[in-house]
Amino acid sequence: MNQYWVAVIGTSAIAFILKYSGHSVPEKWLSHPRIQKVNALIPIALLSALVAVQSFTEKSKLMVDHRLLGLSVAIIALLLKAPFPIVVISAAASSALLYNLNN
Amino acid sequence: MSKVNSATLRDSLSVSLTVGAYGVAFGAAAVANGFTVLQSCLLSLLTFSGASQFAVVGVLGAGGTALSGIATASLLGIRNGLYGVIMAPRLKVKGFKRIVAAQITIDESTGVALGQEVRSSEAMRQGFWLTGFGVFIFWNLFTLAGALGAQAMGDIRAWGLDSAVPAAFLGLVWPRLKTNSDRALAIGCAVFAVAMTPILPAGLPIIATAFIAIAVGVRR
Repeated sequence: MNQYWVAVIGTSAIAFILKYSGHSVPEKWLSHPRIQKVNALIPIALLSALVAVQSFTEKSKLMVDHRLLGLSVAIIALLLKAPFPIVVISAAASSALLYNLNN
Repeated sequence: MSKVNSATLRDSLSVSLTVGAYGVAFGAAAVANGFTVLQSCLLSLLTFSGASQFAVVGVLGAGGTALSGIATASLLGIRNGLYGVIMAPRLKVKGFKRIVAAQITIDESTGVALGQEVRSSEAMRQGFWLTGFGVFIFWNLFTLAGALGAQAMGDIRAWGLDSAVPAAFLGLVWPRLKTNSDRALAIGCAVFAVAMTPILPAGLPIIATAFIAIAVGVRR
């Protein structure tokens, strides 16, 4: 079984266990304010790291390329309060344009 | 079940359709990062949690191991557990119904349900089930569409998919950046992850940022 299948099955199993255990544990166990605070910060950290790694690295090397334009356009779109699909499409279109001009 | 409140139905459907449509971005991202169409669809059916799904495909696409992908996705899935804690005493379901309720316990179902609480506790429960099932159906249909679309593209860079994926992550994190310290954490983690990429094995720079979040959260 390759890494991709292990990832699909493992991620799905743990995702369900997390959801189901939430429905089964006493509320007071997880209502501590510190746990709530950390829980709000973890997505910020992980998602920001993913944005950066997917934009500026290629096979464990640092790399600045057409993706920088895509990311910049996405940031501008978000600053202009564009809806999610516009953010994604405008990033893709600008990045594709630059890539195709260079290749 | 008594008659469905029309305002609750409208809220549930509009959230379901809008959020479900993001499934196109996920399906495309999964295939762009090396997952098959079947694997992409199974992630949407079984994991059914957008941020976790994007994370696991992002980590494996960056060359990370299955273990670091699973760990990153699971850290993002913890909040669904917390939603379960909030929803359980409100839904009061057991057995098979609890299993179904758990699977559809996500940001949107919990959010819409809590938003309906001002109407009635019946509307709150209806909001949870309608939004949970609605997002589930649309998210899975749109995942399939996105995965098939990306598979047909060939060189994903020529279509900008390699930028669509980080843009989608950015769109997910953006609404969470409410204070300056949130923004500082985001930028710090982004810089850290990129700087560590040539040094640490793939996938680890991403998951390591969770410890930065824990350190910041415990100190505040």
